[in-house]
Amino acid sequence: MLARRNPQLNSHGELIHLLSIEGLPRAILTQILDTAGTFLSVNDRDVKKVPLLRGKSVFNLFFENSTRTRTTFEIAAKRLSADVINLDIAKSSASKGESLLDTIANLSAMHADMFVVRHSESGAPYLIARHCAPHVHVVNAGDGRHAHPTQGLLDMYTIRHYKKSFHELTVAIVGDIVHSRVARSDIHALTTLGVPEIRAVGPKTLVPGDLREMGVRVCHDMREGVKDADVIIMLRLQNERMSGAMLPSAGEYFKSYGLTEDMLALARPDAIVMHPGPINRGVEIDSRVADGSHSVILPQVTFGIAVRMAVMSILAGNDA
Amino acid sequence: MTNLLLDAEQLYGELRAGVGRLMTPDTVLVGIWSGGAWLAQRLNADLKTDRPVGTISSTLHRDDFGERGLGAVEATTSLPFEIDGARILLIDDVVASGRTIRAVVNELFDYGRPASVELAVLVDRGGRELPIAPVFAAAKLTLPASQRLSLARGTDGRFTFAVKESA
Repeated sequence: MLARRNPQLNSHGELIHLLSIEGLPRAILTQILDTAGTFLSVNDRDVKKVPLLRGKSVFNLFFENSTRTRTTFEIAAKRLSADVINLDIAKSSASKGESLLDTIANLSAMHADMFVVRHSESGAPYLIARHCAPHVHVVNAGDGRHAHPTQGLLDMYTIRHYKKSFHELTVAIVGDIVHSRVARSDIHALTTLGVPEIRAVGPKTLVPGDLREMGVRVCHDMREGVKDADVIIMLRLQNERMSGAMLPSAGEYFKSYGLTEDMLALARPDAIVMHPGPINRGVEIDSRVADGSHSVILPQVTFGIAVRMAVMSILAGNDA
Repeated sequence: MTNLLLDAEQLYGELRAGVGRLMTPDTVLVGIWSGGAWLAQRLNADLKTDRPVGTISSTLHRDDFGERGLGAVEATTSLPFEIDGARILLIDDVVASGRTIRAVVNELFDYGRPASVELAVLVDRGGRELPIAPVFAAAKLTLPASQRLSLARGTDGRFTFAVKESA
């Protein structure tokens, strides 16, 4: 029986869509990180633009709002010389009742070459990838609770930049793991790249024990979770989780799981602190830590553009 | 197999002499990745210039990106000097269609506006498709389009030429 092919890869094993980090071989992750390094230097030029996507149209399809992610994709596509069309779908066709696939068919008729998709439903980018024309590439910019592969990749780029190698690291991911597509993408990427210890840290309501099945160590005690960590990835505590039974209050949460200077002192002296943003100061992270010498939160944003340039240029160079 | 005998070390000696005559007090050498970069580094040392040497990659400006995709990512541009007003001598191992040189000149201009750009190569194998000409070539020869000529550098730093039938 033929094994079902990963829909992200063509028959030569080359990347044609980026939908999830899960199932991608280490060589492809490394190729993306290496390529991103090349693009980082484009920022140092007089002309901050290269012509790799000249004449291509990149459609940003954001069915769910995210100004920051959309902007970094837009900057990345423009630095590659693509034409960028931003569609705020949340406010247009979908609200008039058009189906997702009808929207895609219409945009394809406008000669789209690449779709960057953010959707509240897990799997929506897969559906689009399955139904778009063979020359069209799809990048998942976050789907439901499922995956946010470019955030995962930029996190890996950041870790490699500061720590050089993955093989002896302890990485703690702290916060609302269960609802976080970032955490899921990070865990898959860290596992594939060979990180020996990945910890998921947070209260039982947000870090259930069955996460162990993903190969992570579950810690409900923050001190245990950050002890001797090389990398601490803080997740944003979404306000909507605060109502209802999941958590008592922001203040209570900060007391138990907020990253303060005292807490950070338990990690390795050269530990880095990461956060996908936007940060909630005083809820999951103390301002002194967010602005402190261990924080690499703003470099993550810069690396994110180079990583997205790498993903888009690799996809554009590969045929289905 | 090939009946072509190209002594890369002998040609390098001729290139060194030719480049030596072209050098002005403010010429900077920029080698095209990868073979040209090796040549430029060795030339810069042998000619005892007191200037840094640059490396340039055509990757981000190639016109065959659509067919070939993104090439080797280790090919990166490094130009550790001011490009505005610089007199640049590009160095490459082989020039043929001239498309790599076109891409490299575009790459160069992303960093500034040089005063002049010239080209010196080890081998000019003909077959130009663009109005590009080297000011110095240590050898000129004609090869069938199916043959690929590329420079290799041994662990001792010595150069050899490899001729391969392209697929």
